This record gives sequence, C-alpha cells and structure tokens, in this order.
Amino acid sequence: MSDNITIAVSKGRILEQSLPLLAKLGIHPEEDPNSSRKLIFATSEPNIRLIIIRATDVPTYVEYGAADIGIAGKDVLMEYDGDGLYEPLDLGICKCRLSLAGPKQAQNSNGRLRIATKYVKTTRDYFATQGKQVEIIKLYGSMELAPVLGLADLIVDLVESGNTLKANGMVELEKIVDISSRLVVNKAAMKMKQSLIKPLITRLADIL
Amino acid sequence: MTKKNRWLLPEGIEEILPPHAAQVESLCRSILDLFNVWGYELVMPPLIEYLDSLLTGTGEDLDLQTFKITDQLSGRSMGLRADMTPQVARIDAHILKSEFPTRLCYLGTVVHTRPGGHGGTRAPLQVGAELHGHAGVESDAEILCLMLKTLQLTGLNNIHVDLGHVGIYRGLVKDLNLSAEQESMLFDALQRKAKAELKEMLAEWSLSSDIAEMILSLNDLNGDISVLDEARHCLAAAGEEVLACIDELEKIAVLAIRQIKDAPLYFDLAELRGYHYYTGFTFAAYLPGQGQGIAFGGRYDDVGAAFGRARPATGFSTDVKTIFSLSKQPEKTSSAIFASYSEVPGLSEAVQRLREQGEIVIFELPGQTGTAKEMNCDRQLQLKEGKWQVVSL
Repeated sequence: MSDNITIAVSKGRILEQSLPLLAKLGIHPEEDPNSSRKLIFATSEPNIRLIIIRATDVPTYVEYGAADIGIAGKDVLMEYDGDGLYEPLDLGICKCRLSLAGPKQAQNSNGRLRIATKYVKTTRDYFATQGKQVEIIKLYGSMELAPVLGLADLIVDLVESGNTLKANGMVELEKIVDISSRLVVNKAAMKMKQSLIKPLITRLADIL
Repeated sequence: MTKKNRWLLPEGIEEILPPHAAQVESLCRSILDLFNVWGYELVMPPLIEYLDSLLTGTGEDLDLQTFKITDQLSGRSMGLRADMTPQVARIDAHILKSEFPTRLCYLGTVVHTRPGGHGGTRAPLQVGAELHGHAGVESDAEILCLMLKTLQLTGLNNIHVDLGHVGIYRGLVKDLNLSAEQESMLFDALQRKAKAELKEMLAEWSLSSDIAEMILSLNDLNGDISVLDEARHCLAAAGEEVLACIDELEKIAVLAIRQIKDAPLYFDLAELRGYHYYTGFTFAAYLPGQGQGIAFGGRYDDVGAAFGRARPATGFSTDVKTIFSLSKQPEKTSSAIFASYSEVPGLSEAVQRLREQGEIVIFELPGQTGTAKEMNCDRQLQLKEGKWQVVSL
C-alpha cells in the first residue's frame, strides 16, 4: 500500500479546476470524472488514483487515511473540527469569499440577529470576535431564501460574482475571509510516503 | 430514554467482549512484564481526585478533557482522570520523595469529555512509563526505546517514530515579542504545515527576515537524520540554545539506535504536539493510514514543582485499546474440556487435576441445553473403563 497514493477531490468546481493542475503534473484520469458515475478513477500514473466525494467529506477521508491527499476549499477546512491535517499548499483555485450578506432594505431586528448559514463554526467565531451574540440557523443550501421568507435576518455564504445575491434582492455587507482551495495531506502519509508526496507538492508549488 | 434504547452506551464509551477482552488483558500483562524487567515499578493512581492536583502544570488541554464533579464531603471540585501522567508526577514529587532516579509505570482507564484519536473513544486504556530524576539524553533514549519495545509486543510493523524538540521553536519565537494571539496563530499554522499562511503572517507582522526565514524553514525540516545537518545550516543564526537542542536530538537518536538497531527514527522539527506541556525532547509513533499518532512521549521537567518538588522527568504513554485494534493478533482457537454432568465419584478430582495443569474445564449443568461443541469445547471428559478420560470431539 505504501507506494500508492489516493487523491480525494470533490465534484463540481473544485474538480473542474483541479483536473488541469493534475494534468500539468501528468496525472490524467482514465475517463472523465465529470461525466462518469464512478467514484474511483485510475489515472495515467499507475500508483495514483482519484476518488470523487462530497466537499465536506474530503478532510475526513484524508484525516483518517482513507485518502492520502485531498483538495478542499478553505471554507470546508475552517468548518472542519480537528487539527489532524497538513495543509501545505494554497492552490489558488476556486477563489471566492465568505461574506455576510443581507436584504437591501435592512430590517431593524429587535434583539439577537438571526444568521442563516452552512458555516456554523466560522460564523460563530466571526461574530464572537466582534463581540456579538447571534442566533445561528444551520441550513444546507439556498441560503438566499432565508431572509426573503423571514427565516433569518442575514446570511453567511460563499460569494463569487454576487449575481445570486443580486437576483434575490440582497447585497454583500462584509467580507469575512478570502477562500481558495488548499492541498491537504494525511499526517502519517506525509511522513511514511514522503518519497512520493514531497515531490508531488514541490512540483505543484512550482506550477502555481 | 425509551425502553428500546436502554442498552445504548454513551458515545465513545465501549466494552470489550470475548474473545478480545482476554487478548487485551494478555497484552496488558505482557506490557507490564516488559516494564517490570526494565525496572519500572507499577503504581495505581486513583480514578478520581481533586481537580487542582489533576490539572496542575498541564494547561488548558486537559482541563477541557476532564469530567468534573463536586465532592459532597468537602465541597471541592473533583475530576475523573483524563491522563495519568500528572498523577504519577504527584506521586513522585510528594509521596515517594526519592533522591534517586525513579522509574514508575501505570495502566488504567482514563476518561475524556470529548472523543478523539483512533475510533473516537472517550475512555482510552492508558499505559505508560515515566522516569523521574534524571535530566540527560540517556533517560530520554531509555524511554524512547521502551516505547519501541512496547509497540513491538503488539506485532505492529511499519511504525514510524518522529522525534522533535520544543526548545527549537521556543528558542526562535522567544525574542519576537508576539502577542498571545499571534503566537497561537503562528503555532496553529505551523502544525498544519500551511506554508502560504505562515508566509503571509510573518510578512504582515513585519518580523525580522532572518527569524521569519528560520521559522519558515521549520516547515521543511522533516525526514531522516540528514535533516539535523540541514537544520544546523538553516538555523545557524538562531543561537546556541537552538543548536544545543539539535545536538540533543542527535544524541538521543544515536543512543536509541545503539539499543535497537533498526529503530524507525525520523525527525520533524515543526511537530509541536503537547508544546504547552513538554519542555524538551518529544516523540510520537505513527502507523500508515492512521492520521493521528498512536503513542506519544517526551520530556516534561519540573511538572512536580506544583507539588513542592521540581524534578526532571521524561515518559511516554499509549492506549492499549488502540494498539490492540491496530495489531493483528492471531485468533485463538478455543481449547476447552467439557465435563458431562455425572454423579459418579472421581469426576471432581479429575477436573481439578486438569485445571491444575492449566486446562479450561467447563462443567455441564443438569438440565442445560447446548452440547460440548456448542459450549466452545474441543474435548470432553468421559468415563471409560472406570476412569475419567479426555476424549477429543
């Protein structure tokens, strides 16, 4: 096993923007993961395989060693509890920002602000550093709907162009943090598969 | 709780059943036997004691991990032990009061408020050894070798041991006058080997570029023993103290390899697990596929100071349940003798004789269901020609 490497990538934007990076290293999946329903892909490098999983699962797979390397957004990593990962590279792909957003006409809410978000931990930390106590409502998607329907006052979500916000009558209020995708590495793998992983990281760093 | 899930155990709390329980117990025994022949004496610290003494010198990490209750007799806070090391330090400092090197070992369940590590347990079965009263590299090497021998008992191979020294990082940041927040950010980024973040941080705080370069270089200072020479080169400007730490690491590795020739020793100068607690040399054992280490140790001098006596100390500990579950113990085939129910005289004497020879003998109970085989026996005690004889099934 120690001469094989498993790379975990999430479907969607991260996969789309990761494949060109991997291609530059000479790693091509045997078929196009975007159009296949398979979850494990052999690559042109016989000892490297690719697995396609949900974005929020990437840190878990890598921490527990089911995958040696992963590509995950900083948003997911900030939300992930645990310090069991190495994070050696900022890949600079899938750039966007995590922002606080709200309706154009801000309603004055009495008492605690209600914030709808997928990023509970990051949101709590952000408001805590501002000395504000807020009520956080965990949602799994379509955050923009929450203020419209009165479920929440504001939302915390990823913003790329701002078009989704605009289409729902909202504006970006504050940027919380810049987001990009990072390379994460399992701690034991970094130590024990060093001869395979270190060159990979160096080559990646060079092409960035 | 409804009747339906009354059987449910709390998260992270598990029981060990046959046949594994006996195997775990046998592993515990062989570990304690090993400690014994190395001259480590067993202590049995209490499961529960006053919080003050449990948390002394160990920092915030252990505070969060400790279950707390109020002592109804004294009104004071008590805690369930989350780590036995401070208890052993208390015993060495205040109870034994020896002026000589003291070698102690311990084995027992500790309880954590939050699951962590392998399998998310909250009740690891901690086993460890501590050497108090000697400050040199020789005692560090002894503890390191004892950990390797302990892991060897489990038949685990592919172990990888990382050595580090908190003095190196401490020496680098000591003159920087960082705020507590900055220091914790720096520490966090270093633990994740997040080079990009580190660079950003160091630039933002406009630290002298020499020191920034050196802190960044820690990131890459990991690998085999050649790393130490590289470190001497990269950290040349860091001062005597830091260079002495590197020498210390090399001496410990050389001493350990002298005792265990193929010791899988590596170095990682940025690894700072237990930084707030350890004072010098640290080490951690890893296995392929396990993101977290499986055994940890290092030097924590003067932890006894809070109990009235500061002594140098070094030690290691691991979780028996973790190393057991990762090791491949051969499945034992059942070997037991079934003694059929009978009132013929001489049966109990025959059974006693067999038991004295170490055989497992199970009496059949009158009216019971289950044959010898179903009772996991491979032999049976039968009356043949007026004598009780063991017959295989």
